[in-house]
Amino acid sequence: MLAKMMSYFLLGLIRVLTGSQARWHGCPPKAEQRIYFANHQSHADLVMIWAALPKELRSVTRAIAAKDYWTKTPFKQWLTSAVFNVIYVSRDRTSDEDPLEPLFDALQNGDSIILFPEGTRGFTGEPQPFKAGLYNLALKFPDVVLVPAWINNVQHVLPKGEVVPVPVLCSVTFGAPMQLGAGEDRRAFLERARAAVVALRDV
Amino acid sequence: MFQMYYYLKNLSPTQQVGMLFVTIFGLLLLASVGAFLLSVREHADEARADFWRKELKSLDAMLRTSWLMVLVFWIGWAAGDWVALTLFAIVSFFALREFLTLSPTRLGDHRSLVLAFFVVLPAQYALVGGGHFDMFTVFIPVYVFLALPLASALANDPLRFLERSAKLQWGIMVCIYGMSHVPAILMLKFPGYEGRSAFMVFFLVAVVQVCMVTQHIAAQRMRRKPIAPAISQSFNWDSWGLGVLVGSLFGALLAGITPWVPGTAFAAAFIACSAGGLGHFVMKALKRDRGIPNWGAEGQSVTGAGGLLDRVDALCFAAPVFFHTTRWYFGV
Repeated sequence: MLAKMMSYFLLGLIRVLTGSQARWHGCPPKAEQRIYFANHQSHADLVMIWAALPKELRSVTRAIAAKDYWTKTPFKQWLTSAVFNVIYVSRDRTSDEDPLEPLFDALQNGDSIILFPEGTRGFTGEPQPFKAGLYNLALKFPDVVLVPAWINNVQHVLPKGEVVPVPVLCSVTFGAPMQLGAGEDRRAFLERARAAVVALRDV
Repeated sequence: MFQMYYYLKNLSPTQQVGMLFVTIFGLLLLASVGAFLLSVREHADEARADFWRKELKSLDAMLRTSWLMVLVFWIGWAAGDWVALTLFAIVSFFALREFLTLSPTRLGDHRSLVLAFFVVLPAQYALVGGGHFDMFTVFIPVYVFLALPLASALANDPLRFLERSAKLQWGIMVCIYGMSHVPAILMLKFPGYEGRSAFMVFFLVAVVQVCMVTQHIAAQRMRRKPIAPAISQSFNWDSWGLGVLVGSLFGALLAGITPWVPGTAFAAAFIACSAGGLGHFVMKALKRDRGIPNWGAEGQSVTGAGGLLDRVDALCFAAPVFFHTTRWYFGV
């Protein structure tokens, strides 16, 4: 109940602050299993892309969040687990298990996921090189549709280190689905995926 | 005819304002029903049908804006001054959001932006609501003019500092300062005109709107040479003059709802319309600078801006001029 109210509150807030406009350029919103991958510049990115999805898809689309940061306080943990139902991934490689294991579980369950392949928030306008996670997921789940997305302007809403957000109009542009080519090299694929995201900036 | 006139004149102010809204809602309803009937009509050939669909679409958008505007006024009038103020504050908020989105700021401006949206905006409207005329006319040009660049300077980022400060100050002047002068008219106390200041707001908005629509249509029909083609393909003195003239004449017609005789109403409307038309032109120059034809042109908008600023910019320039001249000349 509280989580539901919180999610409506956040949706309302993000709409007032950013307009949260979704632009479906390469594909329509559709209830198929997808991996959305986008640039990452702000904490608001997660809420932004989540608010941009239609209500029906929101419940089956789960974002990835760093375990160390988002479970630090009880509030952060509640927000990410009860409201957003995120998948936690640990960034430190101390444990033996594959860090992508929770993602595999989620995809096997049939959930769609939201991934920020840069791994962390960037400071500049250009996205950093993508981490290998996206490639590994594409390799293991060839049937899941990969959809690139560009989140525009959100870094101005809540820059790293700031607490009070300011209103700026933002949009999420979803591009045409892409596939992992047969025998495509990891680096080539990641570069192609990054280019697909960056290309959406100017459409 | 005369009986009708005396009947209206002898109504109480509340009844008169009520009559005005009933009339406007009636007209809007008629127009909407008309548009609906046109939309279900069958057409013999496809080209004509297509033409009509396009016409109806723009008509529909205009009708929807009008409905919204009148509803805002009605709610503002029915629920009292503070609700009206809040509604205008909300319009200011969205207009400023649009303005600042299209004049990108740097991270160092974050604190000043927070101040602008969450401190300056409510403070300005609170000053209007409190009727502190002397304070609210100088609050932004004097105090905010110093405070916001200070917050930006403290962020330790000198890159394009003047440009950034100017953008922010301009956004605040147009979207908050200008807009807040529309509800400020509600607070003017004309002698013998108590309880009817809502009419003055209506008067201002109506004459400026009539002027802008006339100017728009005239520019399309007359096809005169534009004065500054690099800034606006349509702006020329002839259509501007025609817009101002029609707006002012309409103002003179509306004299009955103002505390003025038709001549005075004509002059007041003339001032408001001139300022509004020229202000709209100035905003066009700003938009050109950003490389966009509209604050949120459909299809090419990167931001999802609703184009709200396009509709209210003339008003934002007309309102302070109208307010100030009225207050200064009539000493109210």
